[in-house]
Amino acid sequence: MIISVASGKGGTGKTLVATSLALSLKDSHKVTLLDCDVEEPNAHVFLKPAITSSEPVLIPVPKIDEEKCTRCGKCAEVCAYNAIAVLGEHVLTFPQLCHGCGACSYLCPEKAISEEPRETGVVEMGQADGLEFIHGKLTVGEAMAPPIIRRVKQQDNNEGTVIIDIPPGTSCPVVEAVKGSDFCLLVTEPTPFGLNDLILAVETMRELDIPCGVVLNRAGVGDAKVEEYCLKENIPVLLTIPLDTEIARLYSKGIPLVEGMPQWKDSFGQLFESIEEIVDERNRSLKR
Amino acid sequence: MKEIVVLSGKGGTGKTSIVGSLAALARDKVLADCDVDAADLHLLLKPRLKQETEFWSGQVAHIDPDKCTECGLCQDLCRFDAIKDFRVDPVSCEGCCFCSHICPAEAITMKENLSGHWFISDTRYGPLVHARLGIAQENSGKLVAQVRQQARKIAQERNLGYIISDGPPGIGCPVISSLSGASLALLVTEPTLSGIHDLERVLSVCRHFGIPAVVCINKYDINEENSRRIEGYCLKQGVEVAARIPFDNIVTEAIVRGVPVVEYSDGRVSSEIKKLWRSISGN
Repeated sequence: MIISVASGKGGTGKTLVATSLALSLKDSHKVTLLDCDVEEPNAHVFLKPAITSSEPVLIPVPKIDEEKCTRCGKCAEVCAYNAIAVLGEHVLTFPQLCHGCGACSYLCPEKAISEEPRETGVVEMGQADGLEFIHGKLTVGEAMAPPIIRRVKQQDNNEGTVIIDIPPGTSCPVVEAVKGSDFCLLVTEPTPFGLNDLILAVETMRELDIPCGVVLNRAGVGDAKVEEYCLKENIPVLLTIPLDTEIARLYSKGIPLVEGMPQWKDSFGQLFESIEEIVDERNRSLKR
Repeated sequence: MKEIVVLSGKGGTGKTSIVGSLAALARDKVLADCDVDAADLHLLLKPRLKQETEFWSGQVAHIDPDKCTECGLCQDLCRFDAIKDFRVDPVSCEGCCFCSHICPAEAITMKENLSGHWFISDTRYGPLVHARLGIAQENSGKLVAQVRQQARKIAQERNLGYIISDGPPGIGCPVISSLSGASLALLVTEPTLSGIHDLERVLSVCRHFGIPAVVCINKYDINEENSRRIEGYCLKQGVEVAARIPFDNIVTEAIVRGVPVVEYSDGRVSSEIKKLWRSISGN
């Protein structure tokens, strides 16, 4: 089963929930944690994995053979990202704009375009305290997170329980990270910002047809509108974590909640059971 | 004209609360919300919408089932796994158009994509340019570029001194789009190990693009040891720590009331944000 932990709004506690859920299950399940927040990965701060292997993420970008090239301009015409321009006798490529689709090299009538790999990030794999751990890191200055996210997900062999830490937002990196999940936990906080971004996240999951439930973090401040919304929209609130200075202190030091306060393990275990029930029920109803 | 963009790397460090307060403190400015996937600034600024414009960007492939001969070439060549069973998954399609060029039956056409909307509004603090990316859409970087372009236009037309932008979290496409060519990046961090890790990455992005940066430590007293680490790091990097804002539930209360915290309270949070604005505006 694949469980994603997402939020819309940043800083609501995705990594706290993902790491504590993974650590609570590891004694009874085979658990893999994927950190797909490749722009700002933080799960490693809490899990301190021993990295055993790493692979560069490479995007194939065009390399033009000036001898064979007739400056016909076909490549520039077919490139949807303006990554190739023909200016008089020169063919210019802009590798940072290239998505690596391969259209230019395939369609060049002179077969003058080959592809060379360009590194845009890295995927690292290892173990952390009985968990399988995989994360990706986008290279500073690079724009495109989705290819790194795809590679992180490809490294996983989908055995046992997979927990994915999703980046904030609702756009392409979120979609890339969350698609294929059986369930998505949406972590939010009881403020108008939390609610506004929760609504966007719920709309995203509905668009992708992924069932979701809410974790309400920092409960006790703010207002009751998140709970009212969840009730109205029939979205289960599966776990509530209070605003608590001890929880905040553990977080600030990079200590997972269930390690610093082991009494939380049961709550995360129950959270997992609730998710299993929802997913099983949904699978049964889809078969019917 | 000075363009200040507020970033953090890590989400939830307080960017929007600070931008909302700067909106109340600064004169002669236009505001821009560059967090187009999960925009929140409007919740503090209560905009009155003046202009709404559709944002068309990118394309999605469409296969005409009547023309398709199911030869499978498009599926073999698509590097984004966006075509399965001779149908396009619009979420996976990156709009590269490769399939439309190679289909032997000419069954594939590209359709323009409505990616979102951008808005120009009035607020009691001045004009605001904001946007909403469509659900699960791509091209957030291009929409950010559009928001900034409109904000610049307004600043020029009305001879305004500042553009203050609320940036997105992360370091990727929308962040680069928010940052490139700005006058100053204000990096809001918090004294957590995650906050420090993410600050280092976003500061590296500023360096990469040659944008000067100043740091603001928010909730500095939740872990003063980590705050000292951040100060030490900034000193080494030659980056000014322009403010240290204490943790106070008053910030959340102000969000719930929908007002910038500097207008809600006269306490330490507000005085530190005022200090921050004096420092970055040089007044």
